[in-house]
Amino acid sequence: MKNIILILSLLSILALAACGGKETAPAKPANPNGLTDFEMENGIGPVKEKIQLAEINMDMAAKGEATFIAKCAPCHKLDKRLVGPAQRYTADRRTPEYILNMIMNPDEMTKLHPTGRKMLAEYLAPMTNMNLTLEQSKEVLEYLRKIAKEGHEQNIVADPVYRNAANQE
Amino acid sequence: MKSYSKTALAVLFVLLLSLVFFGCQQKPGGGAIGQSTAEKAFVAPGEYDSHYAFISGGFSGQLAIHGLPSGRLFKVIPVFSVDAEKAWGFNEETKPMLQTSHGFIPWDDSHHPDLSQTNGVIDGRWCFINANNTPRVARISLQTFETEEILEIPNSAGNHSSSFVTENTEYVVAGTRFSVPVPQRDMPIAEYKGNFKGTLSFIKIDPEHGHMNVEFQILMPGFNYDLTHPGRGKSHGWMFFTTYNTEEANTLLEVNASQNDKDYIAAINWKKAEEYIKAGKFKTLPSKYAHNVYDEGTHSAATTMEKEVRVLDPAELPGLVYFLPTPKSPHGCDVDPSGEYIVGSGKLAAALTVHSFTKILKAIEEEKFDEHKYGIPVLNFEAINAGTVEQPGLGPLHTEFDGKGNAYTTFFISSEVVKWKLGTWEVLDRKPTYYSVGHLMIPGGNSRQPFGKYLLAMNKITKDRYLPTGPEVCQSAQLYDISGDKMELILDFPTIGEPHYAAGCPAELIMPNSKKYYKIEENNHPYVTRSEADSRVVREGKNVHVYMTMIRSHFSPDNIEGIKVGDRVYFHVTNLEQDYDVPHGIAVLGATTSELLIMPGQTETFVWEPKEVGVWPFYCTDFCSALHQEMQGYVRVSPENSNVKLTWTLDGE
Repeated sequence: MKNIILILSLLSILALAACGGKETAPAKPANPNGLTDFEMENGIGPVKEKIQLAEINMDMAAKGEATFIAKCAPCHKLDKRLVGPAQRYTADRRTPEYILNMIMNPDEMTKLHPTGRKMLAEYLAPMTNMNLTLEQSKEVLEYLRKIAKEGHEQNIVADPVYRNAANQE
Repeated sequence: MKSYSKTALAVLFVLLLSLVFFGCQQKPGGGAIGQSTAEKAFVAPGEYDSHYAFISGGFSGQLAIHGLPSGRLFKVIPVFSVDAEKAWGFNEETKPMLQTSHGFIPWDDSHHPDLSQTNGVIDGRWCFINANNTPRVARISLQTFETEEILEIPNSAGNHSSSFVTENTEYVVAGTRFSVPVPQRDMPIAEYKGNFKGTLSFIKIDPEHGHMNVEFQILMPGFNYDLTHPGRGKSHGWMFFTTYNTEEANTLLEVNASQNDKDYIAAINWKKAEEYIKAGKFKTLPSKYAHNVYDEGTHSAATTMEKEVRVLDPAELPGLVYFLPTPKSPHGCDVDPSGEYIVGSGKLAAALTVHSFTKILKAIEEEKFDEHKYGIPVLNFEAINAGTVEQPGLGPLHTEFDGKGNAYTTFFISSEVVKWKLGTWEVLDRKPTYYSVGHLMIPGGNSRQPFGKYLLAMNKITKDRYLPTGPEVCQSAQLYDISGDKMELILDFPTIGEPHYAAGCPAELIMPNSKKYYKIEENNHPYVTRSEADSRVVREGKNVHVYMTMIRSHFSPDNIEGIKVGDRVYFHVTNLEQDYDVPHGIAVLGATTSELLIMPGQTETFVWEPKEVGVWPFYCTDFCSALHQEMQGYVRVSPENSNVKLTWTLDGE
């Protein structure tokens, strides 16, 4: 009997150890859905490294504006919530990499990324994939940076991203 | 307690006994198949079938795409019949596809799909299919799975021996079932014999785009031309057509066309025909036939009326056509993968007749002709016969091949599939079908490279195989595993009707090229709206053009005013989505047409002629997102003399 208790105790310790991992390491909550720290900050998608931003490139911003009107404007206004959020200050709110990944990989972003999921819960219509190239997406990014800068210069008030209380950041 | 267990034991014993005695027996009709057999046709949820099957929709006029081995139905491609679900023949873009020299025809009877080949091997580019009633051939793109072209066949009546493809897709053929006066004229039917003619048309395929044109026709005696297959390998350059009614009867064919002991397989040397065309040995007949082409760039079809056709007369052109005597109204005319054997299925004969291509060439060289019929040499039967499959079954129809030296023939009357060996002509196996099998299909089974593995039997009668659905019961096909020595029935599955004939191939030949959406930048529809900013409404007299866009989940514009009773309103609707599997639909209350179902990046048009004043809603018909039910709009219709200004808005802007 004593042996049995001993064996059982040993087994339970083993089992606990298997579940718990190293107890001495400082507890850092795991990222949801196995996302890396980079992905938590910069989104999931084709952009996997930080990019260097220079001054706003006005040529690219002009091309980005044309793309925005053709592909994004059906759902996004600058200063008013429509199907999706107002875009005036997106460039302030998210990292450039996050913006590129959201444009190019909205399916996974709205399924796996906690911010993407929260946005889907708020807006209900999933962000559509318009199959923009990386170049086109970078042009749209320049346009978003340009309108954010103009917004600050003209003191344009930001339209709140969330209205649903449950989603407040 | 004890007596209970004794009883239980006894019951168990009886059960076991009955299992031993009856467990292996199949239901009458062979209904039960074992679990391990069922696994052969099982494709787990989320997994793909290994093969595509292109099964003709028979009198539905369409083409059905199934997966094998599961038998699951993926899509019904509208071809010769209107389809309100897909707006085929209803929207302005596809109405021209159903134009003929007789006007717009909303229906036909589609029979024999065949796939394009390169070097005798299926290449996964196009599927061709024939219309029986008003003779036509259609070409379907295997990138978009849409019908891209329909060509009417002049001087033909009942385009049955069609649409079979030569081994480099040089030609698709179209032989007439009914002989008729050529050109058509008013004459007594009783003067059929010697006066009616049958045409065999060779449709040239442009190798780059697949565009079709009737390159030439061969003007044949007034027989019925039933089925056909191209030579391959050594017999490439020849085409073989079965004939019946060589009696040239014009009434009660059931009896009067079954008199001759032998009818013919007509062997056409089409390379010779090309030489004669080049040498100018043709006559040009005035004619009228529609050529309808769908342009993927403009998402629109256009009709051209062709006005003449080149005709070759075999009585005057030696070496062009020979008749191979073949017993009893042959139906199928099938060429083995090597091109040596031509199998004639005399549907009223007790045996299968196989001709040898080598012997045919020799008999021609040695002029072993029994007689000439309408100037065409009839070769001596014994001189060309390769062998006979004796007593294989009743009512042979169609043969395909597995590439391992075996042939498989369907028998309509005895309702079975029979496996036999090429060369020795011995019967190796036979399996019943349920019931009355017509054609069969082995993937690649009529090419130089059959892929084997499966055999699809397409039945004419299903009777008691499925839950009844009133007097009209379901149509059905059956799948056999032919990878072993013996064939094994692994699946029954329903099809659209009638599953007349099929083509098939491994999925990897097609799947990687399947289009996902149309690029909006490449949309050159004359009424495209590439951006919501360009959506607008334009009045041109009584015609009003609505340039509308759709994206999850709204229309732009969605409020339109200033439409009047008596207007002809064209809704040109562009789906702005650029993602896979996001079609949108649109329908407006009271429109006397179908919905539109618009793929991402595509533009389609419907016409609405409002007859009542009021405010009429329109909405998206294809469930597109969580806010699909919000995807709607209104059109205000005012009296004819009203002054309401033409306006269009979205969200008040």
